[in-house]
Amino acid sequence: MKKNHYSRRNILKGGVAAVAASAFPAPMIWAQDIKDVTLRQAGTGVSAYNEVAAKVKEDLGFTLEMTALDSDAVTQKVATQPDSYDIADIEYWICKKVWPTGNLQAMDVSKITNFSKIAGTFIDGKLTPDSVIAQGTAPHTVGFVDAVDGKTFAKAPTGWMTLIPTIYNADTLGIRPDLIGRPIDSWAELLNPEFKGKASILDISSIGIMDAAMVCEAMGKIKYGDKGNMTKDEIDQTMAIFTEAKKAGQFRAFWKSFDESVNLMASGEVVIQSMWSPAIAAVRSKGIACTYQPLKEGYRSWGGGLGLSSKLSGVALDAAYEYINWYLSGWVGGFLMRQGYYSAVPETSKLFMTDDEWGYWYEGKPAVGEIKSPQGVVMEKPGAVRDGGSFLERMGHVACWNSVMDENQYMVRKWNEFIAA
Amino acid sequence: MDRILKSNNLTGWLLAAPLLLVLVVFLVIPVIVIVIVSFWQTTEFSIVPAFDLGNYEFLFGSAVTYDVFLNTFKYAFLTWAFTLGIGFTVAYFLAFHIRSQTMQIALALICTVPFWTSNIIRMISWIPFLGRNGLANSALLSMGVVDHPLDWLLFSDFAVILAFVHINTIFMVIPILNTMMRIDKSLIEAARDVGASGAQILWNIIIPLTKPGIMIGTIFVLTLVMGDFITVRFMSGSQSANVGRLISNDIGLLQYPSASATSVVLLLTVLVVVGGLMRVVDIRKEL
Repeated sequence: MKKNHYSRRNILKGGVAAVAASAFPAPMIWAQDIKDVTLRQAGTGVSAYNEVAAKVKEDLGFTLEMTALDSDAVTQKVATQPDSYDIADIEYWICKKVWPTGNLQAMDVSKITNFSKIAGTFIDGKLTPDSVIAQGTAPHTVGFVDAVDGKTFAKAPTGWMTLIPTIYNADTLGIRPDLIGRPIDSWAELLNPEFKGKASILDISSIGIMDAAMVCEAMGKIKYGDKGNMTKDEIDQTMAIFTEAKKAGQFRAFWKSFDESVNLMASGEVVIQSMWSPAIAAVRSKGIACTYQPLKEGYRSWGGGLGLSSKLSGVALDAAYEYINWYLSGWVGGFLMRQGYYSAVPETSKLFMTDDEWGYWYEGKPAVGEIKSPQGVVMEKPGAVRDGGSFLERMGHVACWNSVMDENQYMVRKWNEFIAA
Repeated sequence: MDRILKSNNLTGWLLAAPLLLVLVVFLVIPVIVIVIVSFWQTTEFSIVPAFDLGNYEFLFGSAVTYDVFLNTFKYAFLTWAFTLGIGFTVAYFLAFHIRSQTMQIALALICTVPFWTSNIIRMISWIPFLGRNGLANSALLSMGVVDHPLDWLLFSDFAVILAFVHINTIFMVIPILNTMMRIDKSLIEAARDVGASGAQILWNIIIPLTKPGIMIGTIFVLTLVMGDFITVRFMSGSQSANVGRLISNDIGLLQYPSASATSVVLLLTVLVVVGGLMRVVDIRKEL
C-alpha cells in the first residue's frame, strides 16, 4: 500500500484538523503512518480507563497504553524517566514540580483545535470575570511558558501551554451519612474526637497538607497568610496539630491510592476522610451511602492536564497532538464528567452527555431519570441532586488549589515525619 | 608462564571471576553509588553532586528517626521470635515425627503452598478478614466473645506482625528442617539409652545441632523484615513506619539523597546485626 507523504502539518493547516478532532473522526488518509504508533500515557488512576484506550483505538487508530500510579509515583516517573512515557496525565501542581527538569515539552496552542473553548480557569484563572483567584498553585499560573523549551512559567497566556487541561474538580471531605447520622458542615470535623479511629487523610504530601490546612484553619487554631505557600512556622504548627491527633488515635488509616480510599469507606472502617470524586462514585455504585460533603470553608481544588514528553517527535508527536485534540473534542470529557469531574472544555463534552446528565452533573439540577456511572452502573435515582450543587456553586467556592510551596522540601520532610510519628 | 597458569591461585580467581563480576556490577557498585549520593544535595526536582552532611544531620537530628529505627527493631524482634517458635515446631514435627520420607517431602511442600501467590496478595487478603466488619470480628461477635468489634485487629502493630509472621515463617522452617534432617538419629537413640529426657534431648542435642539452620533462618527473617516497607504500609494503614517506609517515602517524594542516607544507615545497622549473629555461630564451620 502506498504511504501518504503529505506533510501532516500542511494537512492540519488545511483545516482537516477540525474534522480529525471532531466527533466524527473519519478514516484519515495518513492513518497508515499513525496506526503503528503506540503512545504510552502515565497518570493517576482517576482518568486511566480502558474504555478511553479502546475509544482511541476505534477513533484514531493508534494504541494508547495507560499506566496508573499514585501522584507521587507519577511525579517521580515524569521527573526521572522521560523515556518511559510519551504523555503525562498529571495535575498542575505536579507540573510545577517537574517542569524545570525539562522532561516535558510545551505545546503549540495553534495546533489545539478547541483551545478557544478551554475554561477560563486554565487561561487567566478567572471562573467568571469577577471571581477572586484562590490560594495555592492555580492552574493558569503554571499553564504557560514563553517558548517550546521555555523553563519559566509565563505570567500571562502565551502560545505555548505546559499542560493541555482536561479535567478539574473541587474536592472536599467524603462522609458516610448513614454512620454519622448528623449534619457535617466544617472541615474541622475531620479531627472531631467523635470520629476517633474512624477518620482518614490522604498520604500525598502536596494534597494532604492542604486538607490539613483547611482543617486547622476551620478549627480556628491557625491563621494562614497563604495556605498555598506556607511558612516553615505554619507548616510546623499544622503538622503538630495533626501529629497530636494521630497519636491520640484519631486516624484509622492513611490512604495513598484512590482504591484504598474506596475500600476504607465502603467497608465502614472510616466514616469521614479526604476523598476524590470518583471514589465517592465508586462507593455509591456499591449501593453504600456516601456524601461528598460541601463545607462552609470551601473546597480544595485541583486541575489535571496532559503533558508531552520532551522525547516525543515526528509521527509520534503528531499522534500525540491528534490524541489531545481528540481528548478535548468531548467524548472523554463526557465520560469523566459522569464520575463527577468537570471537563476543561465543557462545551464539547455537553454534546456527549444527555440533557439529564448535563443537568445533574453540571447544572446541579435534580436528576430526571437514573444517573449512571461511566461504566453504566446506576448511581442515583431520579430526583437526586449532586452534592454541592451546580458548577458555579462548587467551583465558585474554591478556597485553595493543590500546590507546591516555596518551602516544599521542608514540608515534605515534616509530612514524612508526621506519617512516621 | 606455564607455572602461573597452573597455579591454584589463578585457577581459583578465574573460577570465582564470573560471580565476582556479577557481584561487583550489581551489588558493590550500586552500594557505592548509594553512599556517594547520600552526600549530595537536593533541590525540588534535581539532585546536585556535593559533599554535604546535611542529609545525615537531618536524619540524626530528627527524633522520628530514632522512633522509626526502634520500631524497625521491634518488628524484627517480634517477627523473629514468632517465626522461630512456629518454624522450629513445624520443622521438628516434620523431621522427627513423620517417618516416611515421601510424607516429609509432601508436607514440606505444603508449607510452600502460600508462596504460590505473591506476598502482597497474601498480605492484602488479611484486610477484609481482620477489618471492623471483617470475618474475624463477625465470628467473635456471633460467638459472644466480644460485644463490639475489635479495632486493633487491623491497621495496627498486631496486624503488621501477623502479616510478617505469615509471610516469613517459611524462611525459618526450611533451613531448620534442613539441619534437623542431618542430625544422626543414632545420637538421639544413644541419648535415650543413657536415660535423657525428651527435654534434655531437645536442649542438649537437637538445639545445638540445629543452630546453623536457626541462624540462617534468623538472618533471612531479620533482613527481610528490616528491609520491608510494603507490609508495614498496608497492614498499619500507613500509620506506622519502619526504616523501609522512610526510604520509600523519600524516594516517592524524589528525595534521593535523603533516601540514600537512610539506606546507608540501615545497611550498616543490618550488617552489624548480621555480623553479631555470625560471631555467635560460625555457620561455615558448622554446616
